[in-house]
Amino acid sequence: MAISPPRNRLWWNEPIERVEIGWIVVAFLWGLFMFFFMIAWHFIGGQNLSTETYRIKPPAYEEKVVAFAEKYQVAEEDGTPVVRPPAGEDVYLLARLWEWWPLLELKKGQSYRIHLSSLDWQHGFSLQPVNINISVHPGYEQIITLTPTQAGEFGIACNEYCGIGHHMMTGRIRVVE
Amino acid sequence: MAAIDAPYPGSAAAAAIFRTCRFTGLKVDIAAQRLIMANAVAAVVFLAVGGVMGLLVALTRWPAVHLLPSEWFYLVLTGHGANVLLFWIIFFEIAILYFASAVLLGSRIATPKIAWAAFVLMLVGAVMTNVAVFQGDSSVMFTSYPPMQASPHFYLGLIIFAVGALIGVGIFFGTLVIAHGEHTYEGSIPLVTFGALTAAIIAVFTLASGAIILIPTYLWSLGLITEIDPLMYKVVWWGMGHSSQQINVAAHVSVWYAIGALTIGAKPLSEKVSRSAFLLYILFLQLASAHHLLADPGMSATWKIVNTSYLMYLAVLGSLIHGLTVPGALEAAQRRNGYTKGAFEWLRKAPWGNPAFAGMFLSLVMFGFIGGISGVVLGTEQLNLLMHNTIYVPGHFHGTVVAGTTLAFMAMTYYVLPLIFQRDVIWPKLARWQPYLFGIGAAGISLFMMGAGTLGIPRRHWDITLTDAMHPFDLPSGGFLMMGLNGLSAVIAAAGGILYIVITVGTVLWGKRLDKGDAPLNFPLHKQAATVAEYGSHTTVKLPGTIILVSIFFLSFVLYYFVNWKYLSEIWLLR
Ligand code: HEM
Ligand SMILES: [Cu+2]
Ligand SMILES: [Cu+2]
Repeated sequence: MAISPPRNRLWWNEPIERVEIGWIVVAFLWGLFMFFFMIAWHFIGGQNLSTETYRIKPPAYEEKVVAFAEKYQVAEEDGTPVVRPPAGEDVYLLARLWEWWPLLELKKGQSYRIHLSSLDWQHGFSLQPVNINISVHPGYEQIITLTPTQAGEFGIACNEYCGIGHHMMTGRIRVVE
Repeated sequence: MAAIDAPYPGSAAAAAIFRTCRFTGLKVDIAAQRLIMANAVAAVVFLAVGGVMGLLVALTRWPAVHLLPSEWFYLVLTGHGANVLLFWIIFFEIAILYFASAVLLGSRIATPKIAWAAFVLMLVGAVMTNVAVFQGDSSVMFTSYPPMQASPHFYLGLIIFAVGALIGVGIFFGTLVIAHGEHTYEGSIPLVTFGALTAAIIAVFTLASGAIILIPTYLWSLGLITEIDPLMYKVVWWGMGHSSQQINVAAHVSVWYAIGALTIGAKPLSEKVSRSAFLLYILFLQLASAHHLLADPGMSATWKIVNTSYLMYLAVLGSLIHGLTVPGALEAAQRRNGYTKGAFEWLRKAPWGNPAFAGMFLSLVMFGFIGGISGVVLGTEQLNLLMHNTIYVPGHFHGTVVAGTTLAFMAMTYYVLPLIFQRDVIWPKLARWQPYLFGIGAAGISLFMMGAGTLGIPRRHWDITLTDAMHPFDLPSGGFLMMGLNGLSAVIAAAGGILYIVITVGTVLWGKRLDKGDAPLNFPLHKQAATVAEYGSHTTVKLPGTIILVSIFFLSFVLYYFVNWKYLSEIWLLR
């Protein structure tokens, strides 16, 4: 009984059930497979989160984003600049209470180095309906290389709770052909 | 003539008063019994409070109902997480630790006065944190990521609670030492106690991480420290937050084995395998905080892969092993009980009308299929990108901690009541339905939140219509549907939860007393396993049913795993 001491005092000498051994081997191999598959995806897969990260003070990051927005602004929507950076260019996106700033216009099939950081609290970059989700921290500037493979209007929600305006925090990426 | 090893008069050992349980023959220390009762009652109270909050949250996230205003939603969600995940679960676990040590070993409990002090500390801490939450300026979620700041007494309450729990764990170790020293049992400790021991060892690590991170955070909220690094906080916080889930797993797996033994006389297929599986939990979980940071900056891919998988999959291996040995033990016992026809007579003729058995089996199946599989998928380095911080995450852990742990603890309650409170479960007809009601509801909330998350619906989010947002856009309508179904399931789960509370409280107050007379139990125990055969290859039974069940499980696992890779391969390219 599982609630009383093992009847056989030398229980560690007992043989192991065949089914148990069989399952342990299968489960272990499956674990190994899953482990190696993650490594393999770095070579065969097109979706791996970059780990390029720098420490930065929030005001310094804000300056970079503002300079970037001024340089490539093409329009204004809802009072926020719409920025169209040239393909391959560094793109700066800012998270703050409670918006993703500025709005971006990218070209399908082109790669961009997208910088992400927060000015205040933690936020969650959640690109929809593509469903790419990345945590954004204040004090850390992360750079991911993103290649849109679809054209259209995409929204960015915030999915890290960031206070009372959390559900109002959005941004937009437009992808043109 | 006094026996040589009789305790000295006046010593603690002599002062302890025991009764003998007429159902199990166990020697029960009255001091331990009172402590188990107190901790179990506190647990149920916090489950009631936190459960109501869960219902309110789910009703708010049901788009057609959208019950609470936003400030209240975030407040109640913070309270829900803290009350159920921390206070309900940990109070109940302390009760289990005392039960698995003092009661199962027939020993007196170590230093009951200090155990009471631990109980009071936990209670004070839990109440203090609740007060902070209800005052309204601590709606930071139970994870309380800086730089968002709560009132100082929010953190202080958690610290006091953790210290109390740590002392409780110490009492458990002390009791093991006493039982060993006073020879209250022979040979090795029972498997259930062994499982509880692994839970307790993990708890020490966990509660220490909690203190390491919450104490500076408390000082920061008082203004004594100027900055808490958000990334460092997350790493250490999840050292507590994740490992404590491993406590839950070790505890509820122990409960599965215990209920199997009590209801159908199950014993482990082999002690060695079951115990090694518990050991894997201790050895391989310490860095599991990594899989909460897969979508965070600043960690190398190697660090993520090694810490989530190499170390984590061996802990997963522990659970996979229990996933076979528990149903295997049940099948073997049922076959010994005479249900030998076909592959599944043992399962069909199981005591499904006994809520302890039904709850245990549902917990076993749902923890594996829902919580377990989704957990591994979510914890895969690249796949995490698809669901990080979406409502998939709460979907996953309602599969582990609600459908798994909570349901197992509820099932256990149907024996804590008669054996410890010595009251027979009232309204047995209703009690029979309780685990099914709660189980279906819990499965529903888990699966529908997972579904909504797969479609991108964010977690902890008051308004997915994004109406007041500066740049509104539409989230997929399928996600709205899922959130509605989630709301419906929440109502079912809440009904099961309320039934549980009513039956438990009713039994404690008005249940038929079992300490006098010789009335039988409404939900009888299995006739003691005196006739159970010794282990040995000659008595080894074939387990076709278990093999089929485990094969179905494995196929679902592999399929779901690759479906998600397929889904990942279709999103934008990302380097
Ligand atoms: C009637 C039963 C329950 C219902 C209907 C329910 C429902 C929910 C819902 C809808 C959420 C919100 C997800 C979000 O908006 O992000 C949630 C969060 C959560 N629930 Fe439950 N739940 C129940 C029971 C439990 C239990 C028993 C536990 C723990 C043992 C639990 C632990 C949690 C935790 C830890 C969170 C996360 C809070 C956060 O994001 O800070 N729930 N629950
Ligand atoms: Cu945000
Ligand atoms: Cu947010």
